[in-house]
Amino acid sequence: MSLDHENDAAFNEALIAEVLSAYPDKFAKRRRKHLAVAKPAGADADAAPGEEGHLLSECDVKSNVKSIPGVMTIRGCSYAGSKGVVWGPVKDMVHISHGPVGCGHYSWSQRRNYYSGTTGIDSFVTMQVTSDFQERDIVFGGDKKLAKVIDELEEMFPLSRGISIQSECPIGLIGDDIEAVAKKKGKEIGKTIVPVRCEGFRGVSQSLGHHIANDTIRDWVLDKKDTGFEPGPYDVSVIGDYNIGGDAWASRRLLEDMGLRVIGNWSGDATLAEMERAPLGKLNLIHCYRSMNYICRHMEEKHGVPWMEYNLFGPSQIAASLRKIAKHFGPEIEAKAEAVIASYQPLVDAVVAKYRPRLEGKSVMLYVGGLRSRHVVTAYDDLGMRIVGTGYEFAHNDDYQRTGHYVVPGTLIYDDVTGYELEKFIEGIRPDLVGSGIKEKYPVQKMGIPFRQMHSWDYSGPYHGYDGFAIFARDMDKAINNPVWGLFDPPWKKKDAPVLQAAE
Amino acid sequence: MALRQIAFYGKGGIGKSTTSQNTLAALVEMGQRILIVGCDPKADSTRLILNTKMQDTVLSRAAEAGSVEDLELEDVLKIGYKGIKCTESGGPEPGVGCAGRGVITAINFLEENGAYDDVDYVSYDVLGDVVCGGFAMPIRENKAQEIYIVMSGEMMALYAANNISKGILKYAHSGGVRLGGLICNERQTDREIDLSEALAKKLNTKLIHFVPRDNIVQHAELRRQTVIQYAPDSKQAEEYRTLAKKIHENSGQGTIPTPVSMDELEQMLLDFGIMKTEEQQLAELQAKEAARAAAAAV
Repeated sequence: MSLDHENDAAFNEALIAEVLSAYPDKFAKRRRKHLAVAKPAGADADAAPGEEGHLLSECDVKSNVKSIPGVMTIRGCSYAGSKGVVWGPVKDMVHISHGPVGCGHYSWSQRRNYYSGTTGIDSFVTMQVTSDFQERDIVFGGDKKLAKVIDELEEMFPLSRGISIQSECPIGLIGDDIEAVAKKKGKEIGKTIVPVRCEGFRGVSQSLGHHIANDTIRDWVLDKKDTGFEPGPYDVSVIGDYNIGGDAWASRRLLEDMGLRVIGNWSGDATLAEMERAPLGKLNLIHCYRSMNYICRHMEEKHGVPWMEYNLFGPSQIAASLRKIAKHFGPEIEAKAEAVIASYQPLVDAVVAKYRPRLEGKSVMLYVGGLRSRHVVTAYDDLGMRIVGTGYEFAHNDDYQRTGHYVVPGTLIYDDVTGYELEKFIEGIRPDLVGSGIKEKYPVQKMGIPFRQMHSWDYSGPYHGYDGFAIFARDMDKAINNPVWGLFDPPWKKKDAPVLQAAE
Repeated sequence: MALRQIAFYGKGGIGKSTTSQNTLAALVEMGQRILIVGCDPKADSTRLILNTKMQDTVLSRAAEAGSVEDLELEDVLKIGYKGIKCTESGGPEPGVGCAGRGVITAINFLEENGAYDDVDYVSYDVLGDVVCGGFAMPIRENKAQEIYIVMSGEMMALYAANNISKGILKYAHSGGVRLGGLICNERQTDREIDLSEALAKKLNTKLIHFVPRDNIVQHAELRRQTVIQYAPDSKQAEEYRTLAKKIHENSGQGTIPTPVSMDELEQMLLDFGIMKTEEQQLAELQAKEAARAAAAAV
């Protein structure tokens, strides 16, 4: 990757100061710590931890603290982190949204976790199951109802492999003993039942929900039964790929083509069995570091399985990641990896030849969750596009450290950005493209700026791997070079518009 | 007469339910029409009036029927001693669910379904510890106008009375709830009346009545009756009649309480010799040890 441009640090510093000037002093002081301009990397850049290559910059902001009420944070809650991200995509388990109906209903199928299987028979990802709490369940406790829900699910879906219980807020408030229900019913039906204490009021964002969900995998899934799995020398688990629009499938074929056996993909298109056998793997490949590093660290400590971060956005980074992974397994796999990279070169050349001239030099601002705000940078870079600002909803300090591997000095960095700040930053910079979520899409488009949703891939995808790169390039071109932007000036502002004159 | 809503609060086990039911039995003798709303999952606020434990609580019937919307008022409203209307919120068994939410649900149901029509008094009897918002329901907007705190000369009862006053103060400006007064239910502790009156003064209220201890109350309770019903001519019955009369005449005379700090309360207890200072305790301990040492030496 090139990433040899530099962004205008002085302009961005001034922009931050201007945006903060609208706040009361105390609030401005708090928010100041979450906003920064990336600085040139220090002398020890090559020794920096995490991910590929050397540090390009330092992105030092305060993160993972409570949002301030009234600023329209874009964050989610713990339940969203556990049910929506980590557990929800596990396809052969039924996930109960335990509590009143709204949390489950309004988060129904919000992430595009693709899966293979027959929905309602052996796969349940797109089904919404809730215990639908009523007043009496609050007053008298919901444990009995939960047991009944489990019985009914067992009768309706005998081919399910297990159940997870995703706690909504009231469960924590009234102190239901969901662990006891999980143990008792688990014994009765002979399946894994995982109680998850991911009440939405816990923690400052969905990030704690990821952590809680990881801990339940550790406590209720791993080392719980004899899997009968026979390990091989090239077994890897892909962790933290949620198969948005088929991302995991586009990645998996590359790993398999280079001679590895993918024994599990967490948790997009995952089965419970894939999670259970992960401790027998040779290497854990972690994609979304923010949401699943916890379980990787646990498997490293307890089962001696090493883990490695990788990134399959854009051909330069794909090649670098495949080489790094191959190196772990020795010359034979390394040779195969080179063959895979070479085999896709014609595709890469064609995509770059077609789209780079249309996208060269275009500027991009990103605001995504905990990973993509840095990971996708390399895909843009391969198309000659520049990232001028980026930030995360729920990243921690270590994510911002890693961001320094991807963005150049002068880049605007914003953590848990408020609705007002993001709007003002976009207005000030006026990039050629903004990549963020559904809530940001329409205001940005109304500002006359092209937009792509970077959580859902805007109902497109996959964007991972070589296959994904071709689609990514096409989508960015579609957004930026869409003829609609030429029609943006209203008729009365057109220069050659006729001037109305009052009748004599 | 406009509807008067009163509530009895106080430390657990202090005798709220006994005192309130005896007082209400005396009020009904004065020709008042009364509704009792028991706000305690134990559902024992109406036992002496009904001469039996209420079985059909709002929440137990609602749970059977599906929800409170499926209930009729007559399912949960029973008539007791001299026409006193009795309801109990009921609630979950200890250790599960949310009893506070149950109280809110039950009171809303009763209000919406006309339980408060055609009565002169609504009396709430609330679980001892106001542990959450649900049990503060009766002191909130448009509910009880006067709160009567049942207490005694025991330290913990005094603490509780002070804490409840804090709760009343919190809602006094938004909803107009007032502290009606303290009712001392005698425990025969040292200088009990003096202490009660001193606390009342500190809290900007009055000791509305001192109810002496009398075993006849226990005799009546064993028979699931109030003293008014069991021994109408007894001296104790007369005490409750006096209390009822005082409460009746106290209408509109409630005050905004002035709860005190923990330090101030403890200083008051020290002044009354109920609590000892650390120096006193140490001196006593040393004296005791010296005595023991002396005994061992012999």
